[in-house]
Amino acid sequence: MSLLSFLQVGGQADTWVQASYMLAALLFILGIKRLSRVRTAQSGNLVAGIAMLIAVCVTVWHLSGKGFELWVLAGGLALGGLIGLVLAKRVQMTAMPELVALFNGLGGVASLLVAWAEIERVRSEMPEGPASISSEEGVLFAVAAVLSVLIGAVTFSGSLVAFAKLAGKLWKSRIGPLGNKPFNVLLLLGAIYAAGMVAFAAAGGSADVQTWIYVLVGLTLLLGIGLVVPIGGADMPVVISLLNSYSGLAASATGFVLKNELLIVAGSLVGASGLVLTQIMCKAMNRSLANVLFGGIDAGADEGDTEYKGVKSTSGADVAMILESAQSVIIVPGYGMAVAQAQHKVQELASLLEADDIEVRYAIHPVAGRMPGHMNVLLAEASVPYEQLFELDQINSEFKNTDVVIVIGANDVCNPVAYDEGSAITGMPVLDVWDARTVVVIKRSLSPGYAGIKNPLFERDNSLMFFADGKEAIEETIAEYKDL
Amino acid sequence: MMLLQEVLQEGSGSFLLIGLWILLLAIFVGFELITKVPPTLHTPLMSGANAISGITLVGAISCAVADYPDLGQILGFAAITLATINVVGGFAVTDRMLGMFASKNSKKKGD
Repeated sequence: MSLLSFLQVGGQADTWVQASYMLAALLFILGIKRLSRVRTAQSGNLVAGIAMLIAVCVTVWHLSGKGFELWVLAGGLALGGLIGLVLAKRVQMTAMPELVALFNGLGGVASLLVAWAEIERVRSEMPEGPASISSEEGVLFAVAAVLSVLIGAVTFSGSLVAFAKLAGKLWKSRIGPLGNKPFNVLLLLGAIYAAGMVAFAAAGGSADVQTWIYVLVGLTLLLGIGLVVPIGGADMPVVISLLNSYSGLAASATGFVLKNELLIVAGSLVGASGLVLTQIMCKAMNRSLANVLFGGIDAGADEGDTEYKGVKSTSGADVAMILESAQSVIIVPGYGMAVAQAQHKVQELASLLEADDIEVRYAIHPVAGRMPGHMNVLLAEASVPYEQLFELDQINSEFKNTDVVIVIGANDVCNPVAYDEGSAITGMPVLDVWDARTVVVIKRSLSPGYAGIKNPLFERDNSLMFFADGKEAIEETIAEYKDL
Repeated sequence: MMLLQEVLQEGSGSFLLIGLWILLLAIFVGFELITKVPPTLHTPLMSGANAISGITLVGAISCAVADYPDLGQILGFAAITLATINVVGGFAVTDRMLGMFASKNSKKKGD
């Protein structure tokens, strides 16, 4: 009996709570539906936010009869709300991937803490242990609680590692033994054992639950680090999507712990959403999820052949002249544009060209940047109309009718080697930029991209290398173009 | 193992089954909805979905009830704070991002 969650106790009130939760679930679904179109997206986000507000208010109202510990409730809401608002207002658009990674982690750890608190409560109410628990409830509770802790912890520590990597604060692919595959397996086995012991104890067994919870939380936190640390920067879109999915699944598991249907619905929606994005990202790199998570690109394969011959370098003045005589231009942005914060300058150049009746379009590779849709957000920030942004399959046939392609801060996504056999990126869909009359590649050096392989695009006859920081290169070109 | 069998046979562990039904259907709905989202909106979608996963806040609030043990309340306070950051920050930043998409749209109409 004591295992019954509070939400199932009431009589009349319970019906209203259930009805409100149902409404909230419906609004979440409608909100996500509206998020799928640019025109309705902002209102969709608002609808989802209202659903959350309803859920929170109803829960507070429902539980208020039991007497809140005010500092816990009001303090937590105020502090969290304040920090959340400040983060959301202050963040640079280029730092979105970091912020999303951080938020993912917080959602995960919150689920972990709730499950943990529930285990503590059940334990404190039943110091005697098993006698008062009916078996099936005990099992459901224990399994769900342990899953919630496990997924929550992996999401949390994994997201923090992803955050550090995205913020450029962590370059290592190992921390001590963490990141080593056999060690990960050991951690996983240990975590499963600890999970078993906690579940056994929570379901009424005689194991020392307190110690085992600490062991479980510790091991799963280490596991999260071990899983994400070896993954390289360019695979971050996949990792963030997956962690996003995990944070939803953790909430879902917590829903089973609390017997709260709304948590299950909302959590599964997010879980599914993250999985779909993960799948899209993997497809865009022609790699399986297992390969991204456990394989890593075999960078050693082509290492001997990184010499470039016949590379032509160019300057802002040359590029301005080439652009002046062009009729159509396609811009291919990559992570380098985000790093250089060049999106506003790119937009400025594009509007100069458009003023001279030159057609400007943008070709966005699905894995350009560090999270799904990263480039789109940056260009939106710079007020580039989204009608000018094209996906890979929409624009790939257009390159051959294009005068100038400007590649800014992208590398592997326009590497012709993808069409050859036996390279690290063979079969990955790429942008066929070399079909254009002239390709200007803005890049700081000839260093290889994440895949660690040579890009023969740079030595093609129609390629010009503009060796500079993305922002400075575009600024120089703009200045020269205005002087023409 | 015995216990799990009992759960399934007795049918009195009905929340498990209902819960799994809900899980299954919600995942299906999620897949259907998200597959239709264009790449342009992937980042806002992800941060919006992320804010929704802060629904665990509802669970965290139940930990603030006075009859929880001390450790439970400390965990509850941490959970409420972190989940609220997730929820408020997530929705606010998604709104900010989508505002940039929208303002362009209206500017275009104005032209």
